[in-house]
Amino acid sequence: MVVQPGIPQPDRQHPQTERKDSSLKGTFAAVLLLGAFIVVCWFAVFSLFVSRG
Amino acid sequence: MTTEKTLSLRDRQVDQATSRLSLAYLFVAFSAFGIAALAGMLQAMVRGGLITLPGGINYYQILTAHGVLLGLVFTTFFIIGFLFSGMARTTGGSLPVAARSLGWSGWSLMVAGTLMGTVTILQNDASVLYTFYAPMKASPLFYIGMALVVVGSWVAGWGIFAAYRRWRRDHQGSTSPLFAFMAVATMLLWQIATLGVAIEVLFQLIPWSLGWVPEVNVLLSRTLFWYFGHPLVYFWLMPAYISWYINIPKIIGGRIFSDSLARLSFVLLILFSIPVGFHHQLMEPGISAGWKLVHVILTLTVVIPSLMTAFSLFAVFETTGRAKGGRGLFGWFGKLPWKDVRFFAPMVGMLMFIPAGTGGIINASNQLNAVVHNTIWVTGHFHLTVGTSVALTFFGIAYWLIPALTGRRLTSTVNRLGILQTVFWTVGMLLMSGAMHYLGLQGAPRRTDYTTYFDHSTALGWMPYQQLMGIGGLFLFLASVLLIGILIYLGFFAPKGFTEYPIGENGDTAEVTPRILERWPLWIGLSAFLIAVAYGYPIYELIQHAPPGSPPIRTW
Amino acid sequence: MHLHRYEKMWLMFGGGALLLFVIILTVNAYAMGNMPPSHMQMIEPSKVDETPPFDKPGLRQIGENEYELVMTSFVFGYAPANVEIPAGATVHFIVTSKDVVHGFQIPGTNVNTMVLPGHISRVTQTFAEPGEYLILCNEYCGAGHHVMATKLIVADEGKE
Repeated sequence: MVVQPGIPQPDRQHPQTERKDSSLKGTFAAVLLLGAFIVVCWFAVFSLFVSRG
Repeated sequence: MTTEKTLSLRDRQVDQATSRLSLAYLFVAFSAFGIAALAGMLQAMVRGGLITLPGGINYYQILTAHGVLLGLVFTTFFIIGFLFSGMARTTGGSLPVAARSLGWSGWSLMVAGTLMGTVTILQNDASVLYTFYAPMKASPLFYIGMALVVVGSWVAGWGIFAAYRRWRRDHQGSTSPLFAFMAVATMLLWQIATLGVAIEVLFQLIPWSLGWVPEVNVLLSRTLFWYFGHPLVYFWLMPAYISWYINIPKIIGGRIFSDSLARLSFVLLILFSIPVGFHHQLMEPGISAGWKLVHVILTLTVVIPSLMTAFSLFAVFETTGRAKGGRGLFGWFGKLPWKDVRFFAPMVGMLMFIPAGTGGIINASNQLNAVVHNTIWVTGHFHLTVGTSVALTFFGIAYWLIPALTGRRLTSTVNRLGILQTVFWTVGMLLMSGAMHYLGLQGAPRRTDYTTYFDHSTALGWMPYQQLMGIGGLFLFLASVLLIGILIYLGFFAPKGFTEYPIGENGDTAEVTPRILERWPLWIGLSAFLIAVAYGYPIYELIQHAPPGSPPIRTW
Repeated sequence: MHLHRYEKMWLMFGGGALLLFVIILTVNAYAMGNMPPSHMQMIEPSKVDETPPFDKPGLRQIGENEYELVMTSFVFGYAPANVEIPAGATVHFIVTSKDVVHGFQIPGTNVNTMVLPGHISRVTQTFAEPGEYLILCNEYCGAGHHVMATKLIVADEGKE
């Protein structure tokens, strides 16, 4: 999901002139890691709840 | 640089009169912080079984002091002081006279209230904790003091509004500075949110504590408190977000990711952080499961602006880091100015908001709350949110704000000490809060003096982790002493000179900020509508079908 | 308002996760009976001892290995104390307060409810494992809050 083949990323070589859309793959990866952390923790506590039921 | 030039540069940021006002707020904030930090260290050590309190001091008395002085006094004073300075900085360098007078009136009321509250706590006449749940009855002076703090903060908020109105009148047709917009949004949220606790204190607790009415509707008082209690945490968080959105881009040499999205996230916070209080009362009888679920869904909605904020912030970091030559997927991360305490302290705060926010989502998850409700997990949770994310951001702000206002320099030695202070604080919180989260999942209760429950095996198993909490508390106290020392130096002894008040510029200049974001009556109306939907019928029921009330009781 | 393509995807992911949480919680609460304790029955707090069922607190069998346990909470304790039940028993706790707000929690289980004067709390739990369970007050209620606790003894099946 990080690099999108087929979707042109025109300004990747020129960060100073870019429209921001071109160089945020690190941001995207970072927030996805964050999201994964939330989901994993939530299910951990959910399973604790179910196991104690 | 000559002294005259320094002074004029400084006045171009925030004028003398506003600086004095802002510093007066910061002074009270950090005085309260110092006392509360001492109380906090003592609690952690007592709970860890490492010390016992001398002279028959009641554990719950210092717990009340800790909660009131940090949760209500430190935060509110710091926030108002910071917002006044930023209002002036971004609206021409000064505040209108009316705004300053309101600011000083608010300050006086809040100081009077704080003193009243503190005295009653010291006399052990108000060991009811900062949530002051009825029917435990504190001295009427405690409630009156709390009411004065709230009313004072309203008056100060009107000062922020007055400064904003003057700017808009003078710049008709222009979009307001982002800082001014966010300051108004924060104080607006505060005015709406504190209505709940004001009604509780003025119409329920004060008449009842004075003996004018014999009984109190307990569940109604709790519901009014939590109507206020959740947006309270957003009132702490929003100024931290302001700094992350506006100060941080400038400090790291970047630009604001998107002015419109920043404003939109604040509008969403106003709308969705209030009609959610039942998620603090999920384990309570007398509130139906259906209404609890409504509040749970609205609570999870208020996560969305924080998800937006996470994206915006990482985007600022990535764009800036790449412009400085960071390569690969995460190469930009290392290019950030980690050795600058103005960035380092808030950045650690931001990173800690990841586990902090995650814990919040778990707390609000309806029946899952049974796993953690009133366990020490919750204490661990808000020591990550307000105690780490917000506190480290406020420390990071204070490191440049105080010298900027006093016309002094943030020296490289102070910078290094600030980084050390941040590390101590973070290590202390990781130890203490980590142990609290773990113990909470085992069922250890919060707000409880040292106890083995008559040597019950379950409670004995908690002890090693409680000791870890105590050690964490020691680290935090060391960090607090260091902080107070640094701030006294910056305020009174640092070399005269210029310290920048960093305000970022909008990076996305192609985009015009939509006018609708500044139509406050619309957002107030929508907020009122959501509150009416979420609270109208349940509160009507609480009043119409109330059990016989409770007389006042003193149990400590 | 311009949203970056990745931000749209991120918000869809995040929003989707939150929606998934809500769906799981709703199904678990309503279809599987795990709603948070939200009992609506009330009582006059000054007359707890005269009001049924609290006039006769204690354990009452209502089915095969199923019990109602009626308890009062007060500063700083619970009555009755040290109740014994057989392993595998399902217990419906029925609790109220005679004075201030208390908590009622059994570590290691999902029993966790507020006890408010004027309201009756109900919570149900099955105790498969024998042992001495700690019942503790998890809401600050005064100077003796940290000693407000009792035990629930789940006896080993074998001895009966």
